[in-house]
Amino acid sequence: MKHIKTINKANLKKTAAKGGCGKCQASCQSACKTSCTVANQKCEREA
Amino acid sequence: MIHKFKLGGFNILLDVNSGGVHIIDDLTYDLLDNVELPFGDKCPEAAVNKLSKTYSRQDIEDCYQEIVSLYNDKILFSEDDYEKYALSAVASPIKAMCLHIAHDCNLRCKYCFASTGDFGGGRMLMDFETGKRAIDFLLERSGDRKFLEVDFFGGEPSMNFDVVKQLVEYARSKEEEFGKKFRFTVTTNGVHLTDDMIDFINKEMYNVVLSIDGRKEVNDRMRVRVDGTGSYDRIIPNFKRLVEKRPKDRDWYVRGTYTKYNLDFSNDVMHLYELGFDQISVEPVMADPSEPYAITEADLPKIFKEYEVLSEKIQKIRDEGKFINFFHFMIDLDQGPCAIKRLRGCGSGNEYVSVTPDGDIYPCHQFVGIEKFKMGNLYAGTFDEEMKKMFAQAHVYTKPECKKCWAKFYCSGGCNANNYIYAGDIHNAHKLSCQIQKKRLECAIMMKAVKMLESAE
Repeated sequence: MKHIKTINKANLKKTAAKGGCGKCQASCQSACKTSCTVANQKCEREA
Repeated sequence: MIHKFKLGGFNILLDVNSGGVHIIDDLTYDLLDNVELPFGDKCPEAAVNKLSKTYSRQDIEDCYQEIVSLYNDKILFSEDDYEKYALSAVASPIKAMCLHIAHDCNLRCKYCFASTGDFGGGRMLMDFETGKRAIDFLLERSGDRKFLEVDFFGGEPSMNFDVVKQLVEYARSKEEEFGKKFRFTVTTNGVHLTDDMIDFINKEMYNVVLSIDGRKEVNDRMRVRVDGTGSYDRIIPNFKRLVEKRPKDRDWYVRGTYTKYNLDFSNDVMHLYELGFDQISVEPVMADPSEPYAITEADLPKIFKEYEVLSEKIQKIRDEGKFINFFHFMIDLDQGPCAIKRLRGCGSGNEYVSVTPDGDIYPCHQFVGIEKFKMGNLYAGTFDEEMKKMFAQAHVYTKPECKKCWAKFYCSGGCNANNYIYAGDIHNAHKLSCQIQKKRLECAIMMKAVKMLESAE
């Protein structure tokens, strides 16, 4: 496309279908403890 | 829902519900202000007429067709259809615990949310029996969760390190029987870190958070010892020793707090980096607005600018081929957490609880001492399932401001404790936190998108 460059896979919807296993880290346990950032957590689902 | 912003010389377009990130030209940026669903075959004449003073009619029409094409591909103006997943974690097991191993501290940090270590409840160390009961509680409540997180927190955990060691040994002894794997973390101010403690931490702890605010004058203004002197000179050698000896595959962060006194906090991040610490988390103090060090709405323009400065400084380091990681700029635009995880954030009160030295259970460390949020007690054998359910149901669709916010799948409804303490209810967004969070996210998305664009070209 000339005007718009799509950067990523935009696959959030696909993650919902197979998501919710709960194996990932509780986000507050990593390095913040006073705020909440979830999008930097890793998915730990085993394939 | 879409969100677009200009940053670092780029126009970024986020499709909130698909997670799609696009880099767009000025025409697209302007056209998106002038078109809306439902889309037709041709660009609306009003939009063409308005923009034709700046852009050619053919370009406008071509651009419109690109927008429609992405809409048809469901990566622009895509539907929000996640609400049906929001109830799925109500019966979630508990997988993470903040263990308040010491309600005492050898520092008297002026901004401490824990009343300089005792959480307002008197100085106290956790004994082994209480810690053991906490570990048992976690084992019993963790269902099919394999990885169990225990964060040794305080106060200052090194003041009760023998119990830390005993509890790690106890928990490890239960792993095989229960089919679990404990991931321990510790948050320490570094004042009394001995070589023995460092070796233990580096062997047993999955992550370690080292508290330091940055430049000596910044750190020592807030992070003072009991006698009023600064802690910087004492902790730097200890932290350096720990990091030098830490296995490369283990996580660690130096973690600072910035206040109104150092709104130029990018200099503190750079100071930590120059000291050799390249895993850095520095974030804003949360405090009553009446405190002189508190960040207020009036500080936001300066803070926003500072995050932009910080992103430029970090990019410069990376352009030189060197490594630096800033926690709040970490983002994975392709393989991050699933949409279901993103609906309710940290899991406090539901998947995650805190336990105090006297065995009280709270939704998280920040709620400790707020009586109405006491969920139970390990000795009394009580646990408030209704409160657990209430926290489970606190997600982006039950938080009115979050529901309509573009950042909802990145911050996931924010910090429940901050929401309660500063906005009166766990469902009310703490707007100051939100605004800072959104700026950090814009910087993070921009940096990552530009990197991905460069990789693709």
